[in-house]
Amino acid sequence: MTLYQRRRLVNQLALGLSLAAMVFGLFWLGWILFTVIDLGISGLSLRLFTEMTPPPGSSEGGLINAIVGSLIMVGLATAIGTPVGIMAGIYLAEYGRNTWLGSATRFINDILLSAPSIIIGLFVYAVYVAQVGKFSGFAGVLALALIVVPVVIRTTENMLQLVPNSLREAAFALGAPKWAVILQVTLRASAAGVVTGILLAVARISGETAPLLFTALSSQFWSVNLNEPMANLPVTIFKFAMSPFKDWQELAWAGVFLITLGVLGLNIATRVVFREKHKL
Amino acid sequence: MTSPTPPHNSHFGDWLFANLTRLFAVLTLLTLIGILISLIVGSWPAIERFGFGFLTSGEWNPPMDRFGALIPVYGTLVTSLVALVIAVPVSFGIALFLTELSPPWLRRPLGTAIELLAAIPSIVYGMWGLLVFVPIFSQYVQPLLASTLGNVPLLGMLFTGAPLGIGILAASVILAIMIIPFIASVMRDVFEVTPPMLKESAYGVGATTWEVVWNVVWPYTRVGVVGGIMLGLGRALGETMAVTFLIGNMNVFTGVSLFLPGNSIASALANEFAEAESPIYTASLIELGLLLFVITFIVLSLSKLLLLRMNRQEGTRT
Repeated sequence: MTLYQRRRLVNQLALGLSLAAMVFGLFWLGWILFTVIDLGISGLSLRLFTEMTPPPGSSEGGLINAIVGSLIMVGLATAIGTPVGIMAGIYLAEYGRNTWLGSATRFINDILLSAPSIIIGLFVYAVYVAQVGKFSGFAGVLALALIVVPVVIRTTENMLQLVPNSLREAAFALGAPKWAVILQVTLRASAAGVVTGILLAVARISGETAPLLFTALSSQFWSVNLNEPMANLPVTIFKFAMSPFKDWQELAWAGVFLITLGVLGLNIATRVVFREKHKL
Repeated sequence: MTSPTPPHNSHFGDWLFANLTRLFAVLTLLTLIGILISLIVGSWPAIERFGFGFLTSGEWNPPMDRFGALIPVYGTLVTSLVALVIAVPVSFGIALFLTELSPPWLRRPLGTAIELLAAIPSIVYGMWGLLVFVPIFSQYVQPLLASTLGNVPLLGMLFTGAPLGIGILAASVILAIMIIPFIASVMRDVFEVTPPMLKESAYGVGATTWEVVWNVVWPYTRVGVVGGIMLGLGRALGETMAVTFLIGNMNVFTGVSLFLPGNSIASALANEFAEAESPIYTASLIELGLLLFVITFIVLSLSKLLLLRMNRQEGTRT
């Protein structure tokens, strides 16, 4: 074999392996989505949205208390975490670009972004649940909000940095104070990006299970009181999937279908929205 | 950017707003410090009682109130390392495909598809892994591994035993799928910053695509690629739900084979924390959490520093 032939062969081999890696990645996505849709749809029925989760021993039931509990917790956590994240993001992009506080916060925030979510649950347990003495929906909200904050900080900062300085300078030239420039010009110019970040944060916490295990716990009853353990979809799925009962597993598949649909839908929607806005 | 205006200046609103945003930034820093302090305080009874022995003892015995971290730490490290062994070459291939091979119109949809793997919640991976993947894995893949790799001297020790499905290897495979999108997307991003001039010069002297990637792109992006791998490792170490479903949750060390069940820090917490009854049990679990936090903090910091260095290097060279 000549050197030329060998080089061509090595090249083709490497590129073939690269293609195989791509197929490998897509294969898992396809397989997981196929099962979730296949088993999820067969578990879908009106009962899911009208009946409560079944007590041990019984098989008839739906997921309504878990769905409502999850919606309440995700909604409140987003409502608490978003303003905090946006304000801190504004600091990083507009005030603290070259300060030590800015660099330190940016660094720590990136670590919090990837930190294990179960640690967040442990933290909320230690500072809230253990002090109050009981598991509660509010503790779950707190844990989820702590996961929302780093996501929103990150996207807000990135989006504000994309705003051209000439826009800020034009507003300053009109005599606007800095706070007004930020709130009415830069933040508004990057609104689509900031909203994208919020939606991504919602997608992220909708499926989070680990931080809820010892904060909100779960409940098999109708639970809208934030001071009591609160039913939620992820922990319910966890319990039902681990159970030996066929009916419970079917309910879990239906729950997984709802969550996956919601999370992937949000992810795809944010991409589309963001790209439309930034086509220019 | 200018520093915030002092209050004696007429711009009181400006001063207030600047400090308000700064307050929230400080709050983020305090969260991290708060996590560290609360975990140390929470685990103090265990630290006091077991001392350094906590790290070296392999005994996890709730009825006798004797606890050691060795088995969950071992499970955490081994699952993450095996996951990396699988995920790194695949991610490299995917990043290579997305930057060099794929026709431009396919790049965005394929990239999005891989990123969607990262969006699927961990609980979905766990349930799917337990009920769909494990039966197939134990029936076809494990016997195949045992009859091929299992016969290689030394390495074979990792692939012996009954093909139960559930165990360290199954957890590692699912972990690998979960971290591929993170590693691949960092690799793709750093591959893309390689100056086209360098690549085109190499193509110009007759290099093949692979030679360009191996001799130009890889050396240029090495630091960033390692940063991406560390990010994936950080993710794998703390992954909870998927591992909890698949690792078998066994707190006794029975051998080095990857087919055997084990336990990881995160899944020990997920399974046992809400049921832990004695205060020393709870404290020991919190100390496990503290260990996990410290390990992931170090790994993620390294990742971040490497990626920052990559950015700076890019800034000076182009």
